[in-house]
Amino acid sequence: MTDKALMERLVHFRSQPENQSPFAVYIGLKILDIDKGEATVSVPYAEHLAGNSLTGILHGGIITTTLDAVCGLSVIAALGEPTTIATLDLRIDYLKPATPKEDVFAYGHCYKVTRNVCFVRGIAYQSDKSKPIANATATFMITAKGTGKEVQKNAQPEPDQGDKKP
Amino acid sequence: MSFMELIKRAKENQDFSILSENIPYMKALGINVHQYGGLLITTLKANPQLAGNPWIPALHGGNIGGLLEMAAIVQLAHDQESDDLPKTINITVEYLRTGFIKDLHAKALVTKRGRRVANVQVQCWQDDPDKPVASMHGHFLMS
Repeated sequence: MTDKALMERLVHFRSQPENQSPFAVYIGLKILDIDKGEATVSVPYAEHLAGNSLTGILHGGIITTTLDAVCGLSVIAALGEPTTIATLDLRIDYLKPATPKEDVFAYGHCYKVTRNVCFVRGIAYQSDKSKPIANATATFMITAKGTGKEVQKNAQPEPDQGDKKP
Repeated sequence: MSFMELIKRAKENQDFSILSENIPYMKALGINVHQYGGLLITTLKANPQLAGNPWIPALHGGNIGGLLEMAAIVQLAHDQESDDLPKTINITVEYLRTGFIKDLHAKALVTKRGRRVANVQVQCWQDDPDKPVASMHGHFLMS
């Protein structure tokens, strides 16, 4: 399969409501574009997700969710097949407050893939991509490889290393 | 009412439910603050809609991050006398365990409060405080 066809299949797969995360559906997160190792999503402005009803500025938690989602998506796009991944860490720099009533976009780029860990950069922006509202750096762990929902269904959370007695 | 006015009111009445009633994000996600002695605990109520992975199901990492950031801001605002709202400069979240669809509790520790910047660490857990689901450290602008 060509890269392009694969990406289209990924977008299609991830756009089905049953393959989307419930919270992504709740905030109206949409995949705009997926390319090899890259992803762009949008989240519409919603008054009920503001951090402050006086200003109407979106809460940082929504920016965090959007960046986590787009970074994870870019990892899946880099791996080129449906895979279960887990966020290891996520750092977000808030560069400026989001403008109320404007939709939020986010772009993620998975710039390095290793056997177990993937490294990602991402930005969130509104009307101007060159003036991001937040910057993200994230690492993801590949927890299971394979295609389809079966892997996801069978995926068990990893046993806690720290809980084992020596 | 501004966030700082809400905090002031909550401190006076020893009742933080005013926060979740007036802050849209807290209301939408189901985040509540409770005081136990001198300790503030910020809790995200169990709700399947907050899942990121519907097959496990597990909480979306962004919601865990949102709770941790909220806990830090509430703690900073609670501890201070001034009316300046702490602004998040950055947060770093480490995801340690799967967050299941259960209540998630967060406790913030202000490691240093400077004149302009405060450093805060937050941990969150579900059943056992010794088994944190995630931890966060963040920098907040205080003036």
